[in-house]
Amino acid sequence: MNRSSEFRKGLLFISPLLVGFTLFTIYPVLASLYYSFCDFDILSPAQPVGLANYAELAGDERFIRSLWNTLIFTVFAVPATMLTALVLAFLLNMKLKGQALYRTIFFLPSIVPLVASSVLWIWLLHTDYGLLNTALRPILDIVNAVAGTQFKAPGWLVDPDYTKAALVLMSTWGVGGSMILYLAALGDVPVTLYEAAEIDGAGAWRKAWHITLPMISPVLFFTLIMSLISTLQYFDQAWVMTPNGQPGDATLFYALYLFANAFLYLRMGLASAQAWILFVVIVAATVVVFRSTRRFVFYGGEGL
Amino acid sequence: MKKGSRAKTILGHAALILLSFVYVTPFAWLVTTSLQPDKERSVVPPPFIPAPEAAAAALEKETGLRLAYEPTLQHYARGLTRVPVLLFFRNTTLVAVLVVIGTILSSSFVAYGFSILRWRGRDAIFFAMLATMMLPRQVTMIPAFLIWRSLGLVDTFAPLVVPAYLGSPFFIFLFRQFFLTIPKDLIEAARMDGAGELRIWARIVMPLSTPAIAVVGLFSFLGGWNDFLGPLIYLADQSRYTLSLGLAMFSTQYGSEYGQLMAVATLMTVPIVIIFFFAQKTFIQGIKTSGMKM
Repeated sequence: MNRSSEFRKGLLFISPLLVGFTLFTIYPVLASLYYSFCDFDILSPAQPVGLANYAELAGDERFIRSLWNTLIFTVFAVPATMLTALVLAFLLNMKLKGQALYRTIFFLPSIVPLVASSVLWIWLLHTDYGLLNTALRPILDIVNAVAGTQFKAPGWLVDPDYTKAALVLMSTWGVGGSMILYLAALGDVPVTLYEAAEIDGAGAWRKAWHITLPMISPVLFFTLIMSLISTLQYFDQAWVMTPNGQPGDATLFYALYLFANAFLYLRMGLASAQAWILFVVIVAATVVVFRSTRRFVFYGGEGL
Repeated sequence: MKKGSRAKTILGHAALILLSFVYVTPFAWLVTTSLQPDKERSVVPPPFIPAPEAAAAALEKETGLRLAYEPTLQHYARGLTRVPVLLFFRNTTLVAVLVVIGTILSSSFVAYGFSILRWRGRDAIFFAMLATMMLPRQVTMIPAFLIWRSLGLVDTFAPLVVPAYLGSPFFIFLFRQFFLTIPKDLIEAARMDGAGELRIWARIVMPLSTPAIAVVGLFSFLGGWNDFLGPLIYLADQSRYTLSLGLAMFSTQYGSEYGQLMAVATLMTVPIVIIFFFAQKTFIQGIKTSGMKM
């Protein structure tokens, strides 16, 4: 077969992707970049306005707030979910009796439809009748009686000081995907490494720190990047649980404000500028994480 | 040494049991609320065990605590009449099934071009495709909306379904990883016999790829079933709502009807849980493949 016919066949097979890519990725990326420099309400044609959208965003307190909320949330939610998944994977990797059942239990929440789990968590976190506070109140009563403090069960979704913490807490429920990845990686660590370390007199902590973590670091790195990218786009749960960023804009997440500008206020140009800033933030965050963690990621001895 | 490992085992079991309890409780709370008469809900702590009223009363007498309640289906009945849940169910199933068919056909077809065929520029385009997975959906969603709007297809299922027929990077990646493990000799032998590439894709590669098809089918079904942003942008008329959108709207309108909300949420979750129990291995395999390096 000659080269050009191979090339044609290749293109033929990837043609659905090329069409989809042009229509739904390349064109939209360029169009939204253009719109970000326009005043555009859909009803009339886009009017170029230079940097006006970006200037407006720079002076928009709610925009700054949404960016800040999202960054803070990401800084807490990403490590919290990774750590939870890692603890669960470590426990499952002890290969105790009933492991398959435990694995199912820990995994199941991660496939519950996000809207369904959000509605469920609204109810779990209800200030007066929610299960969490029902369980928390007797504990706080004891603490208050003993220590003479005045702790009260928080209004998780109504008190701006607690809403982000509530959403972080909820996110640790659905960590099944990362947990499975970590569990697989833990299973791939060669037993000989542990045996050698034991002969050298290493204890459990040293083995975990010097063998296990380096050996699973590529998977940790992969999940870190993926969850960073998705958390910066946090939307579904916030839309359902804390509409419009209530209370007090504490949960006005980036994607929430962007959606409102685009589809509620029909300010497509402004929203496009927001989208592009988000893109830049995501790329920047990824590069920073990549640079700062690369030297901790161990790619040797993979046997792949 | 032996003693230490026994203590470790006991601690491990204790931690696993405690955490299992924590992870199961939200599910139990979901189902219990959906079955519980409203008047029971003001009891603190709320009764958790569904039981006949006589048994619940006896238990209350015995312990002094209202631990059990007589279950009722009234929330399901009322939830189903208040919003057309069965219609949403049908819509969601239709969308999810069409997405699955499109994703399996198009993504395996494209993956064939990225793995079995060799041609100049192949890997460059493949990695360019993977790189776009970093692109946030927000960047493309506005122009994509305008395209569908100019085609007059907003408020139809087309914007939710058609893109699945044009290949999606993640599933192309999954298929490609699998196709790379198919022995080259098999393909070469078929070519020697005069089979065209289209025929090799349909008659040799696809039948050998049932595990990959299962993984892609499962995850694209979940994606279609759970998608919220897509329906939120594109669907306007309530008769076309999916479950995600319907439940979200129900939650904003009847936010305090927790019994009914939990009933609808349960109905939305049950099919996924059933599928999970039938396809647990496929799930786990799929997740492992997604974390694999190239």
